[in-house]
Amino acid sequence: MFFWSLVLIAVGIFSSFIYGRSRIKLNSKKQGTKSKSLPNYYAQYVLMWCLFPALIVYFSWAIFQEQIIQNIVISNFEFIEGAVYNEGLLLAEIRNVSNNPSFADGKSIEIINAASHYSSLRQISQISFYTSIIIIMLLGALYASQKLKPEFHAQHTIEKYIQYILIFCSSVAIFTTIGIVFSLIFESLRFFAEVSIFEFLFSTEWYPFIPIREGQTAAEGSFGAVPIFAGTFLVMVVAMCVAVPLGLLTAIYLAEYASQRVRKIVKPLLEILAGIPTIVYGFFAFVSVAPFVKAFGQSIGIDASPTSALAAGMVMGVMIIPFISSLSDDVINSVPQSLREASLGIGANKAETIKKVILPAALPGIVGAFLLAISRAIGETMIVVVAAGTAPNLTGNPFENVTTVTVQIVVALIGDQEFDNPRTLSAFALGLVLFVITLFLNIIALQIVKRYRERYE
Amino acid sequence: MNNSIAKEKIISLRKKRSLEDMRFKYYGFTAMCLSLAVLVFLLYTIFSKGYTAFQKTIVLLEVDYNQEVLKLTPDSSDEDMEKGKFFRVKKQAIENFFPDLSKSDIKLVKKLFSINVDKEIKDYFLDNPEVINTKQQIWVTAHSDVDQLLKGNSRRDVPEDRRKLNDIQLSYVDQLVEENRVKQVFNNFFFTKADSRHPEIAGVAGSFMGSLFTLFTVFILSFPIAIGASVYLEEFAPKNRITELIEVNISNLAAVPSIVFGLLGLGVLLNVFGLPRSTPLVGGSVLALMTLPTIIIACRASLKAVPPSIKEGALAVGATKTQAVFHHVVPLALPGTLTGTIIGLAQALGETAPLIMIGMIAFIPNIPTGLTEPSAALPVQIYLWVESAERGFQEKSAAAIMVILIFLFMMNAIAVFLRNRFERKW
Repeated sequence: MFFWSLVLIAVGIFSSFIYGRSRIKLNSKKQGTKSKSLPNYYAQYVLMWCLFPALIVYFSWAIFQEQIIQNIVISNFEFIEGAVYNEGLLLAEIRNVSNNPSFADGKSIEIINAASHYSSLRQISQISFYTSIIIIMLLGALYASQKLKPEFHAQHTIEKYIQYILIFCSSVAIFTTIGIVFSLIFESLRFFAEVSIFEFLFSTEWYPFIPIREGQTAAEGSFGAVPIFAGTFLVMVVAMCVAVPLGLLTAIYLAEYASQRVRKIVKPLLEILAGIPTIVYGFFAFVSVAPFVKAFGQSIGIDASPTSALAAGMVMGVMIIPFISSLSDDVINSVPQSLREASLGIGANKAETIKKVILPAALPGIVGAFLLAISRAIGETMIVVVAAGTAPNLTGNPFENVTTVTVQIVVALIGDQEFDNPRTLSAFALGLVLFVITLFLNIIALQIVKRYRERYE
Repeated sequence: MNNSIAKEKIISLRKKRSLEDMRFKYYGFTAMCLSLAVLVFLLYTIFSKGYTAFQKTIVLLEVDYNQEVLKLTPDSSDEDMEKGKFFRVKKQAIENFFPDLSKSDIKLVKKLFSINVDKEIKDYFLDNPEVINTKQQIWVTAHSDVDQLLKGNSRRDVPEDRRKLNDIQLSYVDQLVEENRVKQVFNNFFFTKADSRHPEIAGVAGSFMGSLFTLFTVFILSFPIAIGASVYLEEFAPKNRITELIEVNISNLAAVPSIVFGLLGLGVLLNVFGLPRSTPLVGGSVLALMTLPTIIIACRASLKAVPPSIKEGALAVGATKTQAVFHHVVPLALPGTLTGTIIGLAQALGETAPLIMIGMIAFIPNIPTGLTEPSAALPVQIYLWVESAERGFQEKSAAAIMVILIFLFMMNAIAVFLRNRFERKW
């Protein structure tokens, strides 16, 4: 279906263009006047009218076809009185049977009927899909060809349409933000309808699976996210403890001390470090760093968990090093040369210049970089999913197992998703918290960096 | 007198200060070296854990293609041959693998072989039907436990109950090694098969194709939209509140955690639009939205780099603004936009969390052939293998990491090549 519809649309594009071109040439010859725009613009005009309505139909069909068919099948399903049905499972079964008739053995007659209903609906849908696309294309071309007169300003119209397309492209960013905010808020509201927001933000018990109070069903559990926030904070602190000194000192060395040659070699290497997928860091943490942390803990008499905050945090710190070093490098480089020269001129050596002149001057920019790095660390997922724990633990000891917001989102959504169950919905509430915090950090950081740049430009 | 004390003080202070300077420089140097050492250590870990996955262990098995056992005749049709009783041939071959095996021993011997052996015996026969009623020496795939033992990845000095292979099986393996009936060859399965529950026949072909389809979707969606958006913002957008809102939106989206995009995909694309779960179409759409800000920022930079004189020249000879932009500015900026897009795609290739959210984590044992088929993706495959308890998957995950890193390296090399080859300095 996918392939042939593409072929159909390609044929439509090609023929409408050719048609538009030859038609306007013919018309202007008939009237004996030159057309206001070049023939290609008329051709493009026909093409757009042929293509865009068809594309809209195409996408809405692709999006809604399956849902509509499923609704019809379910509403016509002969439910047996008294039996309990799970709609999702039922649909999956019907689809299986209709896709693969050999699965029909041993299935009840209702399901087989529904499956054949489903297949026939699909067939109808396919046929009507192709016919409606063809009709829409023809109608569009017909409408456009009405306007193919030499006195019609095709070029102006086309340029107006192009503007609309460009505006649509740039508003995708706005749609994305709206989509994020709405999906998070909508599902979070469903979550907070069942779990009080105060419990979520201030209670310290996070047991999404196990009932801890009398009379609780297993599906409810308790949702106090404080240990998760604390774990996220702990991992973030460990990561920053690794990344800030290493990243900042590297940036200072590269910006102030290193020769051009060293910079040329080291900067791409740091970029490699930045380009490595986070799952690779997760593997590294799991295979190399976690056993090392455990052995180290044993040697100083601490029983370290195999999924300790320390291992995850350290590797996350390594991941952030290039981020901090490249941002700080930019900031340090944008400190005006005159400040440097003035400091050196009155007799300060390089280290003194850096510590007493450049760093204070660059401080706002560096703080902005740190805030961006913190938001990175909080939102990082794969390292902690692999290397940190899944059980909530309210502790300040980095050798212990902790869990983070991102891990809990993944845990809640792996496996069965039930969107009427607070366990699944908790992912969206946690996601909302994550989104708000990172957005807040980013806005502050960008503001600081912007103000800092303005100061020296 | 006073003068010389002061001089000495100054000299000692200067020494202290220059020492301090040296020390500070040394700190910076150490920090840089440490960061690079971690990079080296990381690559070393991956290589040392993963290179063994490119080899597999095979065992020489004598198979008797007896027509009675197979229930076939030399002139059976191809269809009948498909239905031959190959499991009986295999059973017999294993029973005779070592002389005088007891029933319990046979069970142990059976566990030395991969589950894929049935298929290998059958395929060998279907390729050479003339071997009917002869005994053939065939190299078949060994079980992952044997493979890991011979590669030295699992240790034999741990207590028996904590080992996958017991003492008798170990002695069998040793005997095989002595008789040269076992060897290691290139692991073609790793590149031709999809995921499997059995490490010895698990490969990256399925997830690789899944990643390719996903990247294709990302490219198709993000490249035109990014170019459109950046052309609008650079060339046409009036300076007003809406434009500012769009710009703020783009810079904020660039910093939103990837997992939140996964929630967007789950909440909107899957639940509201009902697109098919676990498919490259949905994965690619989510990743396209995620990489869009990166690509837009790169595209805008390359549009900005085209000197205004070119546009002004076009306008001066009577082109409309649209013509000037699309006939002159955009073609000149195209190499830069392509470079930015490739870097965005490289970012999308390594992204795992959003794909987990939209269900691309499901176990998919076959190679996907289209955008709307459930499939895995390379990074998610790595995650699944890292999390797996089975020992044989660890080397697979490291090897899959090598594959993804090579893939990333090639994409970046293409980007650098494009930049150097086509980008013009003005």
